[in-house]
Amino acid sequence: MQDPIIEKIAGIDLEIVRQGRGRRLLFLHPHLGMYGAQSFIDALAGGAEVLAPSHPGFGRSALPKGMNCVEDLSYYYLELLDALDWREVTLVGASLGGWIAAAMAVKNTSRIAGLVLVDALGAKLGSASKGEFVDFFSTPRLRLEELYYHDAAFARRDIPDLSDEERAVIARNWEATAMYGWNPYMHDPKLRARLYRIHVASLVLWGAHDAIVAASYGKAYSEALPRGTFESIAGAGHFPHIEKPLELARRILDFVNKKASSRNTSGAKA
Amino acid sequence: MRIYHFSEQPYPKAWVPENKSIRIVIPNSQCDPKELATIYHERLDEWLHADEMGLDIMINEHHATATCVCPVAAIPLAVLARQTRRARLLTLGYPIANRLDPVRVAEEFAMIDVLSRGRLEMGLVRGIQYEIPLSIRSGVGQMDRFWEAHDLIIKALSTRTGPFDWQGEHFQYPKVNVWPQPWQQPHPPVWITGRSPQNVREIAERGYVLATFLSGYDTRPVFDNYRKTCAELGRPVPGRDRFAYLGIVAIAQDRREAWRRAEIMSGYLRSSSIVAEPFNTPPGYFSVPDAARMLKGAGRPMVTTKDGKKVDAFKGELEDLVKAGIMFVGTPDDVTEQILEFDDKVGGLGHFLMMGHAGHMTHKEACDQITLMAKEVMPRLRKQAAPQVA
Repeated sequence: MQDPIIEKIAGIDLEIVRQGRGRRLLFLHPHLGMYGAQSFIDALAGGAEVLAPSHPGFGRSALPKGMNCVEDLSYYYLELLDALDWREVTLVGASLGGWIAAAMAVKNTSRIAGLVLVDALGAKLGSASKGEFVDFFSTPRLRLEELYYHDAAFARRDIPDLSDEERAVIARNWEATAMYGWNPYMHDPKLRARLYRIHVASLVLWGAHDAIVAASYGKAYSEALPRGTFESIAGAGHFPHIEKPLELARRILDFVNKKASSRNTSGAKA
Repeated sequence: MRIYHFSEQPYPKAWVPENKSIRIVIPNSQCDPKELATIYHERLDEWLHADEMGLDIMINEHHATATCVCPVAAIPLAVLARQTRRARLLTLGYPIANRLDPVRVAEEFAMIDVLSRGRLEMGLVRGIQYEIPLSIRSGVGQMDRFWEAHDLIIKALSTRTGPFDWQGEHFQYPKVNVWPQPWQQPHPPVWITGRSPQNVREIAERGYVLATFLSGYDTRPVFDNYRKTCAELGRPVPGRDRFAYLGIVAIAQDRREAWRRAEIMSGYLRSSSIVAEPFNTPPGYFSVPDAARMLKGAGRPMVTTKDGKKVDAFKGELEDLVKAGIMFVGTPDDVTEQILEFDDKVGGLGHFLMMGHAGHMTHKEACDQITLMAKEVMPRLRKQAAPQVA
């Protein structure tokens, strides 16, 4: 992955990685920020032009005063697509990033060609008295690391030994996660009823061993999307982009290319 | 110097080693309502006794914890507003940044002030970090929310011209019109707890009472920040009535008995910080640099003794905790001397908040402590630590 740079886009100093050529793809990261995403971004950039920002408040991206909810983020990223004049974009959102992607797509898909949700949060699909996601904020840190991954070797045990700067990024990401997702916990109660507006092709990908949010939730999510399909990623937990980066990137690029070819075919028929 | 009797109204039966967290996640099946009723009545009776003996009264609240089974400070305050005759009724306090409804807080304060005929001392606190996970608001931007809630409560209590509307960043109301107006005008006195320079500055700017809890001989610089702010603003030197400190008191006619009581009361210190790891550092409660430091592993909370030694504020030896000004232990002479020395070292204390009951201490012992403090310690403190003339 290329080194991230800071660029002012749509009024915010944003930490971004922009890499590759081809169809345009916006990657929206989970609450871990860009941690562990290098291989995945490289693999995606082998077949697409990828823009991967740190969300405002995460990493080294600025946080403008007043921006404090996923609704704000979703409007901001729609504005970013306008500012860059990106069209036919595929949104790829992982976990928290999936929530942001869905919140964008219910508002406006004029620049969006497809939606990929990877172990996405954001919608309330079950009963009121039962949370659907593990509570990040009430789980001991090392336990949470174990729950994130299918392969326990991925669990981060090195955090106390990192540099001050690296730990500051982790602390900042954690604070931003609380700001965006504390309550209602990691979802918007209104989102489920708005998903009918997403008419673009939508692929829901789920780590087969996700211990943060079950695959049954992902299936229900895909069923709530007018053009949703569901696929499972073997050998992955909540973060397939970290555990199975090549497999995940391949599935996403297949989806992007299939979409493009079906559009060309239908165009020829017309 | 005024003395306030305080108990957290604990349920110490649940302070057992099997409970890895006696806060937040502990099931309420461990609390027997019949036993708790006795606890409530005994603690209320101790406050009535304090009133009769000439002490003032302090109440607090915590949530989902066996350390303090008073989640609604307004309830004992209401009982005591009716049943006591003369004591000041201090709540320290209401965690207003975590409460949904500041107007409801103003209504509770107004009613208690009238019911007590003007004896309410209105304490506002940020709240302990452990309890953030119980709040529907995160720790992010908590102090902004605290000050907006404060502004709204003060305006709600002070307005006499009918409804106003409030459209703030954190709270919005179409009509605010608190009935009744409070007894004390324009509103009851305000107390706020604080330690950080920024927070102390905000408290000093408003001229409120600054309180610290169990900060021991590290209290002086906190109070000095208050005095410094007053000086910078060109105001008179603040009187001792602007400063309050909470310490644990174990007192008896017999010194050995006092140390036995200290041992019992130290159960509060030993247990109070037993809390499951994720609740120690909720996101947003601490600054990013502090939170980043804590990722290296949480250090023990330390406090400085009068001799400059660092001791563990929760696990330290009793003798060290006395030298640190966390506990005040011994005969009435000993305790008087310890409080006067502390008073001198912090530059003058107007309010001594005495945790006079804690842990497994019995009702009889607590009443004895209150009597000794009122009859033997208070007259000497009044005489020797007299209010400053500004």
